[in-house]
Amino acid sequence: MSHPLPPDTGELPLAPGQRLLESSRKELSPEALAEIQAIASRYPDRMAATLPALHIAQREFGFVSLAAMKAVAKALGLPEGHVFGVATFYTMYQKKPVGQYHFQVCTNISCALNGAAPLLQKLCARLGVEAGGPPSADGKWSVEEVECLAGCGTAPCVQVNHDVYDEFVDEKMLEEMIAACQRGEYRPWAH
Amino acid sequence: MAAIRTKPDRHLYTFPGFGSEKFPNLMLRGAGDLDNWPRRVYEQKHEGYLGMRKALKMDPSAVIEEVKTSGIRGRGGAGFPAGLKWSFMPKDTPERKFTRYLVCNADEGEPGTFKDRVIMEYNPHQLIEGMVIAGWAMQCQLGFVYVRGEFLWLIEKMEAALQEARDAGYLGKDILGTGWNFDILMHRGAGAYICGEETALLNSLEGRRGEPRVKPPFPAAKGAFGQPSTINNVETLAAVAPILRMGGAAYANLGRPKNTGTRIFGVSGHVNRPGVFELPLGTPLDFIVNECAGGVRGGKKAKAIIPGGSSCPMFDAKDFDCPMDFDSVRDRGSMAGSGGVIVMDEDTCIVQATLRLIRFYAHESCGQCTPCREGCNWMQMILQRIEDGQGRLEDLDLLAQLTPRIGLRTLCPLGDAACGPMESALKKFRDEFEHHITHGTCLAKGPGLLARASAH
Ligand SMILES: Cc1cc2nc3c(=O)[nH]c(=O)nc-3n(C[C@H](O)[C@H](O)[C@H](O)COP(=O)(O)O)c2cc1C
Ligand code: SF4
Ligand code: FES
Repeated sequence: MSHPLPPDTGELPLAPGQRLLESSRKELSPEALAEIQAIASRYPDRMAATLPALHIAQREFGFVSLAAMKAVAKALGLPEGHVFGVATFYTMYQKKPVGQYHFQVCTNISCALNGAAPLLQKLCARLGVEAGGPPSADGKWSVEEVECLAGCGTAPCVQVNHDVYDEFVDEKMLEEMIAACQRGEYRPWAH
Repeated sequence: MAAIRTKPDRHLYTFPGFGSEKFPNLMLRGAGDLDNWPRRVYEQKHEGYLGMRKALKMDPSAVIEEVKTSGIRGRGGAGFPAGLKWSFMPKDTPERKFTRYLVCNADEGEPGTFKDRVIMEYNPHQLIEGMVIAGWAMQCQLGFVYVRGEFLWLIEKMEAALQEARDAGYLGKDILGTGWNFDILMHRGAGAYICGEETALLNSLEGRRGEPRVKPPFPAAKGAFGQPSTINNVETLAAVAPILRMGGAAYANLGRPKNTGTRIFGVSGHVNRPGVFELPLGTPLDFIVNECAGGVRGGKKAKAIIPGGSSCPMFDAKDFDCPMDFDSVRDRGSMAGSGGVIVMDEDTCIVQATLRLIRFYAHESCGQCTPCREGCNWMQMILQRIEDGQGRLEDLDLLAQLTPRIGLRTLCPLGDAACGPMESALKKFRDEFEHHITHGTCLAKGPGLLARASAH
């Protein structure tokens, strides 16, 4: 299950909503609201737009913060609890900030057989971040370990932001990918 | 137009003899060529939309009969005959009119499986054609393609192909003058393996948490949005196009009795030329590994092969000659599953491999049923203890006692799926587990499979 673990504060546990990190943004843009309404009208039931709307909210907020969930609930006229439940179920909705370039490294079986575990460690060391941890100090990089990306035949696979996986990734290719990020060749994580 | 991928993927699609009469190419036409996807190419080079034109002139029930004659079994995992599944859909009666939905399962989450993306990448129109035929056969009003969230670029490509099909009048209102209306919507998931299970997929499509539903009611009675629905895998639906084009009987001549046709095998792991290969059902496993995928890397021997995606019990050397069809693989104690063949060489540590697989299931369990939620976590913890050199010999009995208490006692097959690799590893490679426990070290020489800092 993909529930975010409460931060290790040693204080009293927080209410579920309070555990979630906040974003500076609080509202969806008018364009995003219009996009969500257009999507909702395509389905037999408006609730079906929950997943697409959360994708849009993530694009705007940078991650799915509590405010993002509330904004989606308001836009679709759904109970907030429903949207919290959905947002915390799926791993692609980041519940805390990620870097401008978010690397997802598959370490599942086929990738593991092809050296994904050392690759992940090298990438983390190179970017100075921890897998699954907060983004680097300049907000540029973050790394996450993920399950199978359906690129097992070209393992190990790494995905940057929303783009095509890079395949048969080795150390040299990691450098190329980082350089491509610096040139801005990948689609931005959020905009 | 949406951004279309400009970089070819580096999978291998072919092997000597592919495309000949012995190894017909029905599913991977033009694979590897980025310019293969438009409708023009599909119609001019690959006999595109001929099957659909034929089907739309037939009575819907005759189309279902044709698919039954072909004998095709679902390519998503369970191998259920597609024609039979379609015939479960209720028909309109004078008293009652139904809204029926067709759902294509493009979740492709099973580790070791990477075939559906190839169809959507290079032959999106073949999937669309298959869905129009299936939609006509069951008289559906709307089709959905549930695609895993990571496949953003494939969704864009499918959207572009769908628009081409709409422009050509293959989708929309009054398709080719039949008076029948049908359209296809893309729906993007958000990263949950369990959403590949058909009822979890329906919940996810409806905008809920992807938790499997209790069956019955089966989707054909109460599926998406409470209406009768049929869920099929991408490969199953795409295969319907050649079936209608060449006729069910001709298709049934391929492969073996009760296991007809061709399917796409994806070979990954320690092989020289990993890739996707379309082969008639019943092709022996060692042919796939040695002839198609170029054999095990570095001249080593294979130690274990998972024949159909990570949920299937492992094979050891005595089963490497297994004919790869649903029934033969089942008779050898595994499953043909989704066609993902994962090869592990002799230097692989089975304890680590099993731990990695179980960690996946523990992470992806939706948490609804206690045996699966708790059981997978327990298996992971016990295996982690063994891997860390702190195992006890009793742990092996504990693991052996745990699996029968998970398998077949859960709401959906994910619990059973986790037991498959666990039980088979313990049965076939028990000495490795024992060595780990008694010596605190590993028999295998290969590099480690586990990332220390876990994100889970
Ligand atoms: C845990 C789990 C995951 C599954 N994942 C997939 C998947 O990713 N893709 C798929 O097509 N079928 C998947 N299935 C199988 C589906 O439930 C269903 O049987 C299949 O989509 C039916 O299509 P078919 O009859 O064409 O094979 C999964 C099943 C389970 C239990
Ligand atoms: S078996 Fe596991 S994944 Fe399936 S419904 Fe139960 S808890 Fe969820
Ligand atoms: S195992 Fe890494 S992409 Fe499938």
